[in-house]
Amino acid sequence: MSRSHRSVIPGFGLSLGLTLTYLSLIVLLPLSAAFIKTLGMSWDDFWTAVASPRVVASYRISFLASLAAASVNCVFGLVVAWVLVRYPFPGRRIVDALVDLPFALPTAVAGIALTALYAPNGWIGALVAPYGVKIAFTEIGIFIALTFIGLPFVVRTLQPIIEELEPEFEEASASLGANRWQTLRRVIFPQLVPALLTGFAMAFARALGEYGSVVFISGNMPMRTEITPLLIITKLEQYDYAGATAIAVVMLGASFLMLLVINLLQKWSRRHHAV
Amino acid sequence: MASAVSSLSRSAGSTTRPLATRDALWLRYTLTAVALGFLALFLVLPLVAVFAEAFRRGIGAYFAALNDPDGLHALKLTLLTAGLAVPANLVFGVAAAWCIAKFTFPGKSLLITLIDLPFAVSPVISGLIYVLLFGAQGWYGHYLDAEQPWLPGLQAWLIEQDFKIIFAVPGIVLATTFVTFPFIARELIPLMQTQGNDEEYAAITLGANGWQTFWKVTLPNIKWGLFYGVILCNARAMGEFGAVSVVSGHIRGETNTLPLHVEILYNEYQFVGAFAAASILALLALVTLVLKSLVEWAHARRHA
Repeated sequence: MSRSHRSVIPGFGLSLGLTLTYLSLIVLLPLSAAFIKTLGMSWDDFWTAVASPRVVASYRISFLASLAAASVNCVFGLVVAWVLVRYPFPGRRIVDALVDLPFALPTAVAGIALTALYAPNGWIGALVAPYGVKIAFTEIGIFIALTFIGLPFVVRTLQPIIEELEPEFEEASASLGANRWQTLRRVIFPQLVPALLTGFAMAFARALGEYGSVVFISGNMPMRTEITPLLIITKLEQYDYAGATAIAVVMLGASFLMLLVINLLQKWSRRHHAV
Repeated sequence: MASAVSSLSRSAGSTTRPLATRDALWLRYTLTAVALGFLALFLVLPLVAVFAEAFRRGIGAYFAALNDPDGLHALKLTLLTAGLAVPANLVFGVAAAWCIAKFTFPGKSLLITLIDLPFAVSPVISGLIYVLLFGAQGWYGHYLDAEQPWLPGLQAWLIEQDFKIIFAVPGIVLATTFVTFPFIARELIPLMQTQGNDEEYAAITLGANGWQTFWKVTLPNIKWGLFYGVILCNARAMGEFGAVSVVSGHIRGETNTLPLHVEILYNEYQFVGAFAAASILALLALVTLVLKSLVEWAHARRHA
């Protein structure tokens, strides 16, 4: 490792200069525009924009649906990751590749596909409709779209950790008389907790900002199924740039907080496994 | 954020385990069934639904729906956007990985966090910030309207050309570049960090200059990681919806990308057309997954 930029390897000035220029132009300058725009608002205007009942209702639905989706992903993501690493079965590689589908499939495509499935006349919607259950155009629809989007985060964070589990711990636990369930619960699960929390936080953060897959299935009813990103678009379409930006700044605050939490969790996870 | 999600550094496969650490057969079958059932419900079924809806009225209707001038224009714009955003982020990604992996300097971890920033921002906000900068109400709009602008020649030229950024192609390219900004850098930084500098030192000691070292030593070592990053970056660039939706203005045959075209057709209840266009994007996603697996396989074989 070189100590300073007086390394024998050339190109430090060029590469860092290019990186900083491009980063500033594409990311930092545009992002700062949102904050500068809100600085021009009075405190009262800002508060009205970010705390009106319709906006607060959108925070509530975005937060709760993301929380529910990330929690469900934790349970099933853990099972999927465990099965993919530990239980060989025919076609495992194909299934493993398929887990990344939510990253590869454009969100608008996912959105219309899920709506087609869960609408009252869709394959799944028609199954539950006789019992008076509606999925598409309700909170449940939002939850389903966010579950789809978040699944790979949990699976992909857990997989490498499960692969690296030392079999010695399990053997020791078994030879000391623990049954398999006790070993799973007391020996294996605690080692997975940091990664599970990281995956949860990533899925939750992604779900908070998600737009494309939700907008088709949610029905977009103000106060009931309107998520916060959609409200920003609505404000923009009404040329209420200040209102849209104020809500965006609140969301950016939440995103940066989640980024910090995820970084701390990853550090914890790394320390946990360095031992 | 995506680093944990998609990385070449993942090793694959497990070997036969000792008896004491094996799970009972009933547990294995139950958990496997639960996992596969969940994946079938949440991943496979939506994918099947795209094609089922696209072919609902038969193959003839499918191809008739695809053969639509607005759709073809949307496809071209999508390819153009990815063709500009991906190379820009590729050059940036290599430069960022070079200075982060090869040198030590203060503020390095802050720089890595800043590179990750676009992943944390909602796509809608990624579009909004460009509207604030370049929209009619934004800095660019004020510049065009200014009485005494700096560089008056530029202002006159821009007005004469009617050069628009928002609700036009440049805005779409910019928003896409923002959204796909971290992909290649995030892939290359950890890869180049683990590879260390020894080979570069050797090359330079033997008299190679900087460019020779990069092209002949570093690039061959990172080519799979580079390819991997480009695949992921490209998939997102072609599929981006939220950010592009904010800056595009949805002008048919002009500023519609393929995902936006899907939305418009869907909202007009032209379901066969919407799902036919969506099936092209779904095929693209499947190609992405196949290429990604191939790169992972090639990489694992090289390091086995």
